[in-house]
Amino acid sequence: MKELLSGNEAIARGAWEAGARMAVAYPGTPSTEILETMAARHREVYSQWSPNEKVAYEVGIGASLGGARTLVCMKHVGVNVAADPFMTHAYTGVNGGFVLVTADDPEMHSSQNEQDNRLYARFANVPMLEPSDSQEARDMTMAAFQISEEFDTPVIVRVTTRISHSKGVVGVGDRKPGPEKQFEKDPPKYVMVPNNARQRHVVVRDRLAKLEKFTEMTQFNVLEENGSKIGIISGGVAYQYAKEVLPDADYLKLGFSYPLPLDKIRKFVESHDTVLVVEELEPFYEDQIRAAGIMVEGKKYFGHLGELSPYRVADGMKAAGIVDTVAVSKIAPAENMFPRPPVLCPGCPHRGAFMALRKLKVAVTGDIGCYTLGFTKPLGAMDTCVCMGASIGTAIGMEKVHGYAKGTVAVIGDSTFLHSGVTGLMDAVYNNSNVTVLIVDNSATAMTGGQQHPATGRTLMGDEAGKIDIGQLVQAMGVKNYRPVDPYDYDQVLNTIKEEMANDGPSVIHTQRPCVLMPKRIMEEPYTVDLEKCTACGACFRISCPAIMAAKETNERGHPKAIIDASLCTGCTLCSQICPEEAIILKSQMVEA
Amino acid sequence: MEKDHFDILIVGVGGQGVLLASEIISEAAIAAGYDVKKSEVHGMSQRGGIVTSHVRVAPKVYSPTIQQGTADIILAFEQAEGLRAVNWMKPEGVAIVSTTALIPAIVTSSKQFDYPEDALDQLKAKADNVIVAEADRIAGELGNPRLVNTILLGVMSALLPIDREVWLDTIKKKVKERFVEINLRAFERGEQIQRESVVS
Repeated sequence: MKELLSGNEAIARGAWEAGARMAVAYPGTPSTEILETMAARHREVYSQWSPNEKVAYEVGIGASLGGARTLVCMKHVGVNVAADPFMTHAYTGVNGGFVLVTADDPEMHSSQNEQDNRLYARFANVPMLEPSDSQEARDMTMAAFQISEEFDTPVIVRVTTRISHSKGVVGVGDRKPGPEKQFEKDPPKYVMVPNNARQRHVVVRDRLAKLEKFTEMTQFNVLEENGSKIGIISGGVAYQYAKEVLPDADYLKLGFSYPLPLDKIRKFVESHDTVLVVEELEPFYEDQIRAAGIMVEGKKYFGHLGELSPYRVADGMKAAGIVDTVAVSKIAPAENMFPRPPVLCPGCPHRGAFMALRKLKVAVTGDIGCYTLGFTKPLGAMDTCVCMGASIGTAIGMEKVHGYAKGTVAVIGDSTFLHSGVTGLMDAVYNNSNVTVLIVDNSATAMTGGQQHPATGRTLMGDEAGKIDIGQLVQAMGVKNYRPVDPYDYDQVLNTIKEEMANDGPSVIHTQRPCVLMPKRIMEEPYTVDLEKCTACGACFRISCPAIMAAKETNERGHPKAIIDASLCTGCTLCSQICPEEAIILKSQMVEA
Repeated sequence: MEKDHFDILIVGVGGQGVLLASEIISEAAIAAGYDVKKSEVHGMSQRGGIVTSHVRVAPKVYSPTIQQGTADIILAFEQAEGLRAVNWMKPEGVAIVSTTALIPAIVTSSKQFDYPEDALDQLKAKADNVIVAEADRIAGELGNPRLVNTILLGVMSALLPIDREVWLDTIKKKVKERFVEINLRAFERGEQIQRESVVS
């Protein structure tokens, strides 16, 4: 049976076929669809969102100890959050097979950095598989469970955006149950106090020695001989780019890429005149191959930054002297093109908060989510963004040193607050910070597509769920100045921020309106512009709403008046609140006039 | 020998249905017996930003992305985005472009940037084969502005070695049931445009 599946869908499919009983994650691009697919199509697997990647990983440890084959998924930076349990889990090993999917984002299509998580495999001494298309994503996920159980170790399946979000034809099969297992008490293995951990570290090194034999034998490290003098060592999507450019070279394709099959590589290099290593981001293969005393070249020609592409691989191969020409565009690109950055949606409840923050000219420490778009012009109301949950700690530090005369406000979303903002707020209470925190709550993990979280009242699988009350939580932590506000009421937001910045002690301002992309969004009557009254002052253009566009009509100085696209307007009212001419009115009022 | 590999670049703005269109092309090509890979980027880039999908159809496909300058077809749901993508196309390729113009806030709110009012003319100056489709107007006539994608699929369909029945079956399979009828009509309007078009 064949299906058109994305890499993410294929991973879910593979885990289901392999008999996984547990799948757990926190959403993060490009990994999110793995669990969404699991919950939608493969409901025999219990799937859940956890509040963050660390908890997700720990839930995974427990499920594996309890005997279940377990899939844990996250984006590359999520592994940083889960690194604490991960690094020691490498010591304890598993019971039911345990697979960690890390979905990396070279080029940073939707991320704050482009770290290469293959290095985590080496860091923790755990085996790693690197699929190069959807078929391998399924096959390798299935194999990863077996390898995990055979070698008693967590196994990394490392994909990148181009694997996760590319679709290809996949041969699939049926679900087979995994081994029947239960938890067995074994403190020396599972209780990582120093004495036990020292013993387990020995086990880790012995295991690595066994894996070094396995990697030489496994079907996933494939030799493709075409009788060429040129050899290419590659893996992941880079392999596909190389095949595209130079289909007739010999290949050593690394699918099981930690530990590396160094004997195989040595023989491959010895039997070819020229060998190139083609890999994205860090010289992960290249450094280890060279450290083993085998001379290869790679990064010199292909670079360390961003995504590779057929063009970049061809260009590198030309520089290395193994291809003669590189196809280039014969049609010149368009000149002076305007940018089209992502923006907050029409009716987005975050807009009111950023309009107020821009007006106040405060320093705004930001966080990770849709609302990070508050930094884009013309809103331009966010000054920092580092990682999930960083806004509150950053604001505390800046506030403690009086780092900005106009004051500092932290902005964080609901899902991000529950992920890792809560501890930042604890710091604010504990250390008597005067910080003002704006929790912009749209009842969703919106940027990744509106997933559920602990304050939405629903689970990933669609069941009713326990629901954290963010207001009660904040107050229980000792925040005395807690102010819920309506982000569609511009003056209320503006005045509340002013008041709370003047107040002593930590303040939390909690804006509450659901994401406009939610199924049950509030769709009010659209607004329209009375062009008789509009003076083309541009105030509504500066709130950066995609529904507001330039009209053909202009004022006497040639500036365009505004029109509103009724199919996009959600009737959030913000533009009508800031229009100095009261020219933005409901469509029905226009008809009456 | 009939051409058996096609690289199709679909461009538009978040919300225009780029991903559904690429899904339909891919499924139709598989049903017609081809290997297919398609690639696109989700997440932050979708919020009103540019959405690009690469669809590659051939007996055997390696790279999931198209190499710049080699696309056989550019399918543009927005005219300036068609212009922006033109250098991805090979000179003998075909650009199918909707007259849709979506001007972002960053242009309307500042003097720094201009939207190219002459995007279609610039495009025709650069590319030999351009089919302009008033898909936004036709979608409006059909009563749903979101049909631009299906209309352009109709325009493109005759350029690929995929039977008409396969296209129609795939649309029926991929579109929500209550929208099937209107999408089939949109597809036919696109086919009509293709038949009447003098490639300029």
